[in-house]
Parts: sequence; C-alpha cells; structure tokens
Amino acid sequence: MTKITMTVNGKAASADVSDNTLLVEYIREHLRLTGTHVGCDTSQCGACVVHVNGQAMKSCTMLAAAAEGAEVTTVEGLAASKDDLHPMQLAFKENHGLQCGFCTPGMIMTATDMVKRYQEAGKELTEDAIRHELEGNICRCTGYHNIVKSIQDGASKMTTA
Amino acid sequence: MSEGIGARVLRKEDKRFITGKGRYTDDIIEPNQAYAAFVRSPHAHAKVNGIDASAALAMDGVVDVLNGHQLTGDGIGNIICGWGVTSKDGTPMNMGAWSALATDTVRYVGDAVAVVIADSKEIAKLAAESVVVDYETLPVVVGSVEALADGAPQIHENAPGNLIFDWEIGNKEPTDAALASAEHIVEMDIVNNRLAPNPMEPRSAIATFNESEDHYTLYTTSQNPHVARLVLSAFYNVAPEHKLRVIAPDVGGGFGSKIYIYPEEITCLWASMKTNRSVKWTSDRTEAFLTDAHGRDHVTHATMGLDKNHKIVGLKVNTKANLGAYMSLFSSATPTYLYATLLSGQYNIENVYADVQGVYTNTVPVDAYRGAGRPEASFVMERMMETAARQLGVDPAELRLKNFVKEFPHQTPVIMAYDSGDFAANQKQAMDAADYKGFEKRRAEAAKRGKLRGIGFSNYIEACGIAPSAAVGSLGAGVGLWESAEVRVNPVGTIEILTGSHSHGQGHETTFTQIVAERFGLPTENISIVHGDTDKVQFGMGTYGSRSGAVGMSAIVKAMDKVEAKVKKIGAHVLEASEDDIIIEDGAVKVKGTDKQMLWHEVGLAAYTAHNIPEGMEPGLKESAFYDPSNFTFPAGCYICEVEVDPETGVTKIIQFTASDDFGTIINPMIVEGQVHGGLAQGIGQAMFEGVVYDPDGQQLSASYMDYCMPRADDVPMYQVMHQSTECPGNPLGMKGCGEAGAIGSPPAVINAITDAIGNNNLNMPATPSAVWAALQEASKQAAE
Ligand code: FES
Ligand code: FES
Repeated sequence: MTKITMTVNGKAASADVSDNTLLVEYIREHLRLTGTHVGCDTSQCGACVVHVNGQAMKSCTMLAAAAEGAEVTTVEGLAASKDDLHPMQLAFKENHGLQCGFCTPGMIMTATDMVKRYQEAGKELTEDAIRHELEGNICRCTGYHNIVKSIQDGASKMTTA
Repeated sequence: MSEGIGARVLRKEDKRFITGKGRYTDDIIEPNQAYAAFVRSPHAHAKVNGIDASAALAMDGVVDVLNGHQLTGDGIGNIICGWGVTSKDGTPMNMGAWSALATDTVRYVGDAVAVVIADSKEIAKLAAESVVVDYETLPVVVGSVEALADGAPQIHENAPGNLIFDWEIGNKEPTDAALASAEHIVEMDIVNNRLAPNPMEPRSAIATFNESEDHYTLYTTSQNPHVARLVLSAFYNVAPEHKLRVIAPDVGGGFGSKIYIYPEEITCLWASMKTNRSVKWTSDRTEAFLTDAHGRDHVTHATMGLDKNHKIVGLKVNTKANLGAYMSLFSSATPTYLYATLLSGQYNIENVYADVQGVYTNTVPVDAYRGAGRPEASFVMERMMETAARQLGVDPAELRLKNFVKEFPHQTPVIMAYDSGDFAANQKQAMDAADYKGFEKRRAEAAKRGKLRGIGFSNYIEACGIAPSAAVGSLGAGVGLWESAEVRVNPVGTIEILTGSHSHGQGHETTFTQIVAERFGLPTENISIVHGDTDKVQFGMGTYGSRSGAVGMSAIVKAMDKVEAKVKKIGAHVLEASEDDIIIEDGAVKVKGTDKQMLWHEVGLAAYTAHNIPEGMEPGLKESAFYDPSNFTFPAGCYICEVEVDPETGVTKIIQFTASDDFGTIINPMIVEGQVHGGLAQGIGQAMFEGVVYDPDGQQLSASYMDYCMPRADDVPMYQVMHQSTECPGNPLGMKGCGEAGAIGSPPAVINAITDAIGNNNLNMPATPSAVWAALQEASKQAAE
C-alpha cells in the first residue's frame, strides 16, 4: 500500500492504494470519476486519456503512485464551471463528433492537448496533422470524419475563447 | 418546423457523454459487489478431465469457484440458436450443445470452464490463474474448408463431418442451364475475411440476486435487453420473466456483437444466486477478441453467365460459412437468409442459385456483425460485376446500368421482393460527385508521379428493417420481429416515448423525438425517450439490422395515431366543434377556420383531470402500439472509391470515397451521415486492415490492438456522403434504414479500386501493403511471361 496525494480537477485527493494500482483505476474506482474509460489492455485505444500536469497521458499506462503530487484533469474537470462546456466539448456536440460516446472523453482530452501544443508552438493544425495526432485514439463509431471536423472547429473556438 | 423530420437537430444525448457523465455498465457499482473472473481454456480443443480449485478457494477474498457441472446441475439451460435452418434434404440443422461453462470438452481458445467469484477484481484474476484444469488435448481444425475435409477432427458428436447444415436457395436446374448456354462465363474464388467487431466499450455485466424477493437484476451491455430477458428466462431457466429485470444503460457501440446473450451474463446471474452477492464482470480487450462473436469468414466459389449483349443470365454461388465452435443466436440466419437472399444485387437476373454449408470449427462463434450476410453478398456480387466488366472490356458503370432492376416491385429468384429504388440515379449522382469522367486524366497524372491510381464501384443493395414476423417465422426464426412503442402524454403536456429499440450510438433520443415534435408541433425539449429497461418498457425486439427507424419509429407513429385520435375527440368536446374540424399544429389543438384552440398542455390536463371529456371516454392520455412490418426495406446505393498505390511499398491511400445512398425518408441527416461515415470506416477496415488470424493450433494471433489493425484517423479520408432517395412504400414514414449500408457497400469498392490500380484481380482482404505488394509482383511476373 502507498499513500498518494494529488490534485484532481482542482480538488485535493488522497488515498491509500496498492502499489500496482493504475491511475485509471484510481480515477474510476476510488474517485468514482467514470468519464475516463478503459477500452484496451495494450495502451492503444486512448479511451483513458487525462491530463497530468497539463499534458495528455494514457492513464492506463501510469501507476497512480507515479502521479504523486500531480495536477490531474479528467473530462469531468475540463469545463471552467459546472454550467459551462469547454470549447472543445461544444465543438464535438456541434459537429456530431460522437456516437456511442465511449471514446469521446479520451478524444476530447487528446484534442485539447493537441490544439494547445500547436497553438503554443504557432504551428498550423492541418487535417493531416489532426489525423496523425489521433494515432493513439481509436473510435469505432464515427469513421473519424466528424471527429476531425470537431477538432478543427474546437481549435478555432479555443483561439477565440 | 425546425426540429421536425429532415432537420439537423443536435443530439440530446451528447451532453452527458462530452462531460463524462455517461452511465455505462462498468461505471455502475452495486453494494456488496463481488467480481467474476473466468477460467478459460488455453487449448482450442480438449477434453476436460478435472478441475482443481483448491488453491483458489484457499485464497483470502475468494468467495467461491463454480464450474459447468454445478451450472448444468442447477438446471441452467444450454445456449440456443434462434433460427432453425433446414438442409437441402429436409433435415434440421445439426446443432451441438453449448453450456455457459464447459463440462467435458472445450472447443475454442477462450471457452470458459469455471468462474472465480472474489471480493476484488485482482483477487478474482489471481485466483483464476491458480485453478488447475486437467486438459487432454484433441486435434484442432480452424478453417471451414479443412473442417469439411475427410478425416477432419470431429467437433460435435451430432454434427458428423462438422457440417451443421447444407442449405440451398433459388432455382438450380434453370441456373445450370442458363450458365451452360451463356456466351460469357465469369468465375471466381472469393474469401470474406473474419472480423472482430470491437465496439470500444468491452462487454460487461452486473447481476444481483435479491433473496428476499426471489428477484434478479442484470445490468448488461446489450442491444436488446428484452430479448435477453426472454431468452435468459425461457431457455436458460435463470428466473421467470417477472422475476428478472434487465437493464442496458448507456452502451458503447454494439455492431451486432451485443445482440447475443453470452455465457458470461448467464454465469453472473447464476453466480449471484449461488453466492448471494452482486457479481460483476467486465471483459478486457483480449477477452473480447477471444469471446465476442466474430463476423464474416466465408469461402465462396461463384459463377456468373452473361449473354452476347452482356445481360446477366445466371449466377451460381457456393459458400462455406465458418460458424466457429458453437452456434450463436443468429449464426444460422446470417450466412443463409441474410446473405443468399441478396445475391441478385441491384440486377435483374432470372436465375440465381446458391448453396451454403454451415461448418463447425475450433474458433470463436461467428454471428451477425454490422451488415450480417449482406456485406458478404455485396462483396460477391460487386467483385463479380467488376471482374465481368474487365473480362468483357467494358465500362463497369455501363455494365451495371445495363443490368439494373428498373421496375418495382421486383421479385428476385431468391425470396426478396424489392419495393422501390432508382439505382441509376444513385450511380449518376456518385459518378458526377466523384468526377468519374475525369478519372483517366488523374490516373495519367499519378503515373507521372510514379503512383498507380485506380477506381472501383460498388452498387450494393441490402434488406433491413427486419422484418415481417410471419415471413421470418416461416423461414425458421424463433421470434417475431415487430417493435413496440408507448406514447405517454403527461398531465403537463410533456411526452415520454417508451420504445423497445435500443440506442448505443445511433442517437434515438434525438431522432425519435423529432418525429413526435413534427407530429404535434412541440419542441423536442418537451419530449424524452425511455428505453433499455425491462421494468419500464413492456417488450421490444431491440436494435440491429438497421431496424430502429423503419420498424421502431413506425411503432411510435402507430401509437401517435391513437393519441391523435383521442386528442381530437377531447378537443372537439371541449371546443364544441366537430372532430373533423380539429387540427393539431404548433403545439395546439385548433378548430379549423376559427381562432378557437386548446394548448397542448391544456389537452393533457383535460385528459387527466377528466372533468370535461366526452362521455364514456377513459381518462388519461397514453397509447401503445405494436408494429409488424409488411416487408423488408431495401436501402441501396452506389459507392465509388479512388485509390493511389505506391508500387515500391504496396501502401494504398484512399484519395476519395464517394457514397450515394437511397435510405428513403431521412429524419436527421446529420445522424444519418454519421452512420454512413462509421460504416464506411468499418468496411474500409475490412478491406484494408482488419482480419482475425488463427494459427493451425487454434491460437488467435490477432487478439489485441497490437496485432489486430483497427482503422485509425490517418487510415481513412474525409468521405463524400450524399443521398438520392425514393420513398419506401412499406412503412408510414417511408424509411429504409441506414445503419449498416456503409459497411455493406464499401469493401468491394475498395478492392475493385486497388485491383484496378495494380492490374491484378487476384487480391484478398485485408489488402495490406504486403498483400498489395505481393499482388503487384505477381502481376509483373505474369506480364513478363
Ligand atoms: S485503455 Fe488506455 S489506451 Fe486503451
Ligand atoms: S463514438 Fe463510439 S467509439 Fe467513438
């Protein structure tokens, strides 16, 4: 057992967890934040993506203990307030970027990180770049068409926001 | 009406998904919950001589270890197949027994022999590993052709030679005669690769037995919770229906794989009773590859005859369908009635004959996966058409045009009566959008860059909205395929629609409200959809086979007809007018030509207060209906794929994919386009990336995302999706269905395009870079000879 302490969605969280508890297990089962999903066991699908210290991470590849002291944001904590949507969340809704919704939290967390990185580096986020950046996120429902459109729209909403 | 039929209404269900508030089965925790881990066979075929669970039982936190003998001893029934297929010689199919936990023999890798119930997932998994099973391995066979060969290992005692059925359809002698006298013959061997469905949410179940009430509750990842309850109760003897509640909450995709009632759900229910705990199981991805029903896996030989004017005179098809180690719920229907009945394609062919052998092998059971039989049929037909055009040296579009069915209704020789369509119109729309005329110029330009450019057509037709209950019953179905709906108008005028359809990505919460909004002139926010819970909805057949629009929404329309009739009576009574003068529009009940009206909520209140309703009328405003379709519906379309192949590497890039579909009436174009996009990606996945691979020992070599290639964002293009529709005469909304078309129509278009590019027609799916490269080498070798 290890005692871990971190900030999740702006709130302090701490617990005793077994040494091999994955971050995703901690988030889903201890904190009951079930927006973060598990779609595979080989770190390929991206359903579990969260932000750790501002960077997109597959929470199934990381031990909870490794996030000691970190700032973790899950899809539940992405919007500025409870009544708000993050511009990327809104873009997914407006562009029909989701169907069953299972990949969606991971897609949105990957997308916001991607847009932030490109905007900070002053690089253009082209359609090709978006598709390339989505290499670690699988969606079985949408055929990606509307996810790409959502991210393009979300990117422009994030600039103007 | 901006939110009615034809409007691109944004989805009501999205908010919970984009904010992480969806409620999937694995998100649910019951008090007193224990976890199940299955002990699965590592062998594809073996006798089970004994199970020693003593080490597991001794572990801290292990509640119990249960096996197949206990399960069958408690009277839990064998898993059923819901469709009886009769062989050519009139005998019923030869079906072997399938127990939720194997007793004496295991028949595929992943077959469960025992289950551990423990306080935590970790303990359950560890304990499952410590269960010692004494296996005596038996010879293995994985392919359908090999399983039918003399001397093949025998998998089920009562299916000699592993043959489940040898079924036929169509007119044999006339087809043989037509082929014998045909001017041109096209003959092909065609393989349809085995696929793993892979909804992103793995299957999951939580079962709770309430001893004091002798009642069970099951949360499960199901496309049809009502059918699940019926089967669990009537066939698996878990509990009588009124003592069993099945809930399918948010479900993360299905694609067919969540139709079936699997061993794991049955076992969790039974184990919950045995241990008096809630029992939860969630599949991991490898387990999903090992246990979710696979799709396709056909080996086909087809012969087509054409006359001197290039009219098709006959088509003969033999297919060997691999059904895996056990017969899953619709496994017998998929390669027969859902496949061979579509072999006439969009074409007017007088003589069609097909025979299909269903075969046991030591592999995961095979059943319906998005398209279910129809992708296999369209792949055969559209590969044959393209090949015929190449062989005859004619334009593939012209050849198709010449052979299209042009008059409706059209009776094919293989049961189906096409009710509507305009195949030439879809083809023209797709050709214009794809700039077919300009293709040769693009090919020449690509050649200058050292790239091989190709174009391929696929003119698919499918049958969906399944289907008239009496018709499917006469063909062997064990259930009727109607749908139910209930429309509840509340006293305040808001409306709840209870439906037996189930949404797991299709957006029913939005689309279904749109038809109600249109009918009564109400905002969609005042309407909600209730589905997926057998305690709330009386019964329903669920969502598969693109049936929720054509069948599910038709049931809602029927129930709305009854509501409307009652509303008009109340309106006429209160407003003192004749019923014939009452109209419903803009959320009000009005007397035509006057300014007299009642607002919708006033009608609701009047119905429930019952102070002033027509004499003899029952209070309340709630109506239900069952809708049984009168025919299948026939979505059809033309898909054109354009690719570029790098001859150095065999890497293929889809440059453009154009889809023109005829779905009949479209309620929400945004959602329909999304369905097509997803279907196209799955079809492109089948054509270029996906394939389940077994080694000769029956080990699945492709049981993870490291080994099974799912299409990613950079594997697929932006799609050009468009519609050119004819109304379906068979249902009140004129709908045909759109859920599977993309997956049905796209694989042949992709393969026709790649084979066009590389100049070698001999190419199997998935057309990976190495397969394409090898086909290119073969082509250049042949050219040199
Ligand atoms: S669950 Fe983390 S990548 Fe699939
Ligand atoms: S929306 Fe279902 S997996 Fe992406």
